[in-house]
Amino acid sequence: MTQPAPARPAGLRRKAEALASALPPLLADARHLAMTVQMGEHGRRRAGLGDEFWQFRPAHPGDEARAIDWRRSARADQHFVREKEWHAAQSVHLWVDDARSMEFSGDGRRTTKADRARLLALAISVLLIRSGERVGLADPVAPPRSGELQLVRLAQTFTAPAGDADYGAPEARAMLHGSRAVFISDFLGDPSGVERALTLAADRGVRGAILQILDPVEEAFPFDGRTIFESMTGAIRHETRRAGDLRDRYCARLAERKDRLATFARRVDWQFSTHHTDQPAQVPLLWLYHALERVRR
Amino acid sequence: MMVLGPIGFTAPWLLTGLIALPVLWFLLRVVPPAPIRRRFPGVALLLGLADEDHESDRTPWWLLLLRMLAVAALILGFAGPVLHPEVREPGSGPILIVADGGWADARDWPRRKDRIAAALEEAGRSGRAAALVAVTGDAPEVVFRSAGVVAAGLPGFAPAPYEPDAAAYAALAAALPSGGFDSFWLSDGLARDGRQVLLEALEARGRVTVFESPREVFALRPAVYGDGQVTLGVLRAHPAGEVAVDVVGLGLDPAGVERELARQVVTFGAGTGEAEAAFDLPAELRNRIARLEIAGQRTAGAVALTDDAIRRREVALVEGGIGREGLELLAPGHYLRQALAPTADVIEGTVEDMILADPDVIILADVARVAAAEPLAEWVEKGGLLVRFAGPHMAAADWDNAADPLLPVRLRSGGRSVGGALSWGEPKTLAPFLEGSPFAGLPVPDEVRVTSQVMAEPGPDLAAHTIAALADGTPLVTRKALGQGSVVLFHVTANAEWSGLPLSGLFVQMLERLAVSTRQAALGAEEMKGTVWSVERVLDAFGALDDAGDRPGIPGEDLAGARPSARILPGLYASGDRTVALNAIGAERVLTPAVWPEGVTVEGLVPARERPLSGYLLTFGLGLLLADALAALALSGRLAGWRAGRGAALALTAALLLPAPQARAEMSEERLIDAAGNVVLAYVRTGDAEVDRVSEAGLRGLSDVLFYRTAIEPDAPMGVDLEGDELSVFTLLYWPVTADAPTPSPTAYLRLNRYLRSGGMILFDTRDADVAGFGTATPEGRRLQALAAPLEIPPLEPVPQDHVLTRAFYLLQDFPGRYAGPPVWVEAAPPDAELAEGMPFRNLNDGVTPVIIGGNDWAAAWAVDDGGWPMFPVGRGLSGERQREIAYRFGVNVVMHVLTGNYKSDQVHVPALLERLGQ
Repeated sequence: MTQPAPARPAGLRRKAEALASALPPLLADARHLAMTVQMGEHGRRRAGLGDEFWQFRPAHPGDEARAIDWRRSARADQHFVREKEWHAAQSVHLWVDDARSMEFSGDGRRTTKADRARLLALAISVLLIRSGERVGLADPVAPPRSGELQLVRLAQTFTAPAGDADYGAPEARAMLHGSRAVFISDFLGDPSGVERALTLAADRGVRGAILQILDPVEEAFPFDGRTIFESMTGAIRHETRRAGDLRDRYCARLAERKDRLATFARRVDWQFSTHHTDQPAQVPLLWLYHALERVRR
Repeated sequence: MMVLGPIGFTAPWLLTGLIALPVLWFLLRVVPPAPIRRRFPGVALLLGLADEDHESDRTPWWLLLLRMLAVAALILGFAGPVLHPEVREPGSGPILIVADGGWADARDWPRRKDRIAAALEEAGRSGRAAALVAVTGDAPEVVFRSAGVVAAGLPGFAPAPYEPDAAAYAALAAALPSGGFDSFWLSDGLARDGRQVLLEALEARGRVTVFESPREVFALRPAVYGDGQVTLGVLRAHPAGEVAVDVVGLGLDPAGVERELARQVVTFGAGTGEAEAAFDLPAELRNRIARLEIAGQRTAGAVALTDDAIRRREVALVEGGIGREGLELLAPGHYLRQALAPTADVIEGTVEDMILADPDVIILADVARVAAAEPLAEWVEKGGLLVRFAGPHMAAADWDNAADPLLPVRLRSGGRSVGGALSWGEPKTLAPFLEGSPFAGLPVPDEVRVTSQVMAEPGPDLAAHTIAALADGTPLVTRKALGQGSVVLFHVTANAEWSGLPLSGLFVQMLERLAVSTRQAALGAEEMKGTVWSVERVLDAFGALDDAGDRPGIPGEDLAGARPSARILPGLYASGDRTVALNAIGAERVLTPAVWPEGVTVEGLVPARERPLSGYLLTFGLGLLLADALAALALSGRLAGWRAGRGAALALTAALLLPAPQARAEMSEERLIDAAGNVVLAYVRTGDAEVDRVSEAGLRGLSDVLFYRTAIEPDAPMGVDLEGDELSVFTLLYWPVTADAPTPSPTAYLRLNRYLRSGGMILFDTRDADVAGFGTATPEGRRLQALAAPLEIPPLEPVPQDHVLTRAFYLLQDFPGRYAGPPVWVEAAPPDAELAEGMPFRNLNDGVTPVIIGGNDWAAAWAVDDGGWPMFPVGRGLSGERQREIAYRFGVNVVMHVLTGNYKSDQVHVPALLERLGQ
């Protein structure tokens, strides 16, 4: 849907095939991953509008007479009201960093951060949509909707080519008031953008989770010797004569960055976690699910 | 070639390259290692981080030094350095190589041969004809041929076990061709008569170069017995400083294995060329010593073979006529004791006791009827020598009945007296000893007179048995072979009553000839006259005893005091029961170093060798460059993965460098305790990693099944190394047979057999589905036959229907593994096994068959992976799973059978027992 108008039919066909080739595996992977989180947590576990029976409660003054469950009340001296489980749909905004830095993988055998981020985003979408929520992107391109079709739409968006920037910043303009949000990125760029977005989100009553995805190499900094480090676009570079000497200071800075994000997230009542691409995706998915679960209540 | 001290350079101009080293230093110093580019998103966090120091933008000094050294080593290496460069002046004309060729050459023979080969090679290079001759060689002939031809004959060139004598030197000097040639004399360094003759002859033909080994010559004189000690002289050629050598006595131990029986350190005083070794040994040990040698000297001269001279025989003396107490000087035993005491150990007692002592000889003096005739005859038949003397008791005995087997001839009762007061005739003298008699050659003294004797019944074989006779032809000494031994009868008494024989020296000589006693000194020509000695073992130049082959016998008079020569080789000579050793060194030999006149070049055996050094230097330089490459990579951080793989790489390097670990080590205590602490199924490690893995997994699967289903709760299975592990702690050995399985050592077989005897069980599995019936066609089957041959395996039979294996835990009819079908073999039922209540009852080896042999690849059927899932498919579908289940049941039955023995066999009696209980 963000594709530029094709110049030739052959080009369209090729691009469409390229797009479609990535789509089913991503969607399938996401569904597969989501399969692992069948927690049996259906419903909101609270009374509300919905179809499922939730509980009987004694009628209070003010309850409509038609709300009274006469069958239950007949078995007692009291009047009971039959409550249904609340089945309100929630809107969840996803932001998956598509900057070039996410394309990094420290080892050819490891998946890139971007792939992992997309997989997680789509998997949590699958889970949320399955439980009836509305899921969309944080930018106005794909507003939250429910239904299986939205999954396809999201998948298409996620397989779009990466942006040109080295580091991305979350988009908070399109977030609905009181909705939920998930930000997935490596957060290695300027943190002020994230903080700005979080502040904006908090202003709108949006709460959610921040998942930082890092490659193990970025965590361990296993370099030595004379090295020129370049960002993924090559725009930023740093030369050192002894990379090994920088290790401690780099790690300190990374820890500081994480701490800053975590502190800020706590301040606006968001959840924060870090995930490494050499670990299985189930763990952060579960964490995301629970994090959203927590804020959804 | 440029020579600097001991090192020469073949290409010295290359050394100018060394001047460039400082330039290299400067260049290397200013060029830092190139940076490496890395894509790294975390660079945003790095911005602003400055390096701590700036040292590393220059090459570190040690890396510089490394590179400089490498380049220097390469330059030096290519300049062609040579250690000890040889600058020779070649000779011309033919060259004669002379070797003494005696036993003294044997001490460094390989090096001498190398030297000869080097000389021949040199002659070949310069196109000189050559000849090689040994002074000890018979019929010396000097023919110059091309050096290559001479060198081709070199491998067969060996020293002789004797020394050249003056005649040999003279013969060679006479055989030298006329015309000029250079000579090359490999001397053994000992002074000898005749050397001068040859030297002069050689010098007359051309330049003489003498090569002498600096290695000391040691020799042993023959061993002599005296004063209860075995003494022998130890000689050396160069009486210089104090030197200690070990003289060892070797001989067969009671088990028939040659081993060191005595050892003594002999020290030569400074400046003396002679020392003496004295062995004070018990008679038992002394008699066993077959040779004395100087430890570490492999020459015939350093070996002293022993013979009867130091051996003392044990002689048992049994006397009749106990009643004549007091007349000791007249007792027959007295004369024998006097004759034997210096040379033999005499023991006395009753015949029974003497047989138990198993002496060399038993002497019965005037014993008519032997009390223990049977055992005595047996003793003689086993090789004993029984010597009997006549006397009044014998004469009075009644000999008319059948011949006594312990007498060589039938005797007449009564005996005869001649020359007495009541008889006619003169006392008889001895007839000269005939050829073929053991006494042949002994002088017959006139003063010996015989007045009485016992008489033999005339018979056709009397003459054959007579070895000494009186002048009138009546036998004096008769002998008869009995089994491997012999019986000798002196027809006179052992005292002086009947004859003067015991008073004469002849008596001692006769005993000696009969090998009753042993001589004290070397045999003289006189004593050995008339005997022929056959050579039994010959000594080679290196001091080893070889079989003599069919060399002709040597007359005794030649052998006595002989000097070893090509005809009479040193070695062991035997005549009858007697042995004489002829050693390479005579009793009077003294070693003196050869002295060469001025003007003769004497060189050591090993010339200083040229040694090219460029290979070492180049290798060193390349090694340094390699190290430099690694260091440069490490410095620039390019050794990615090194950190991670370091452990593995180090381990791999260590594994490559170190010798294979001691796989045969003894079983560790922890393993032993683990194995003994609980039931442990074990498999034999075959050396094939895959087979071992399957065995391990199979036994693990079986252990799990046992754990789940039965009261047996085995520990994790163990691999067993047959060479080192203690087997007795294992219940069951699963032995997969591979076609190339190594054969266990004899000790391992000993342990295996002990294991089988003590109730262990081995489950052999050829894993080949036994396509051809066991052991006939498949390689595994043949290997199994070879492996199992040394095991004590009882007769086998296919498992019968009523074998206890079929019902030890599960009721089974067949025993499939991964394959089903072929029969499984177990110990056969005893032939007398009865069909008691329908089955043979065994009580052999606790009813446990020591082996089960099959080819169904049980381990593969049992094998489970770490998750507990089967590793290999068995059969197809449900029937396959059923087969796997049956395989597990077979395994359970086997382990039950091992652990409970014939318990289930006894179960068949339960109905009968219950019936008896009146149920």
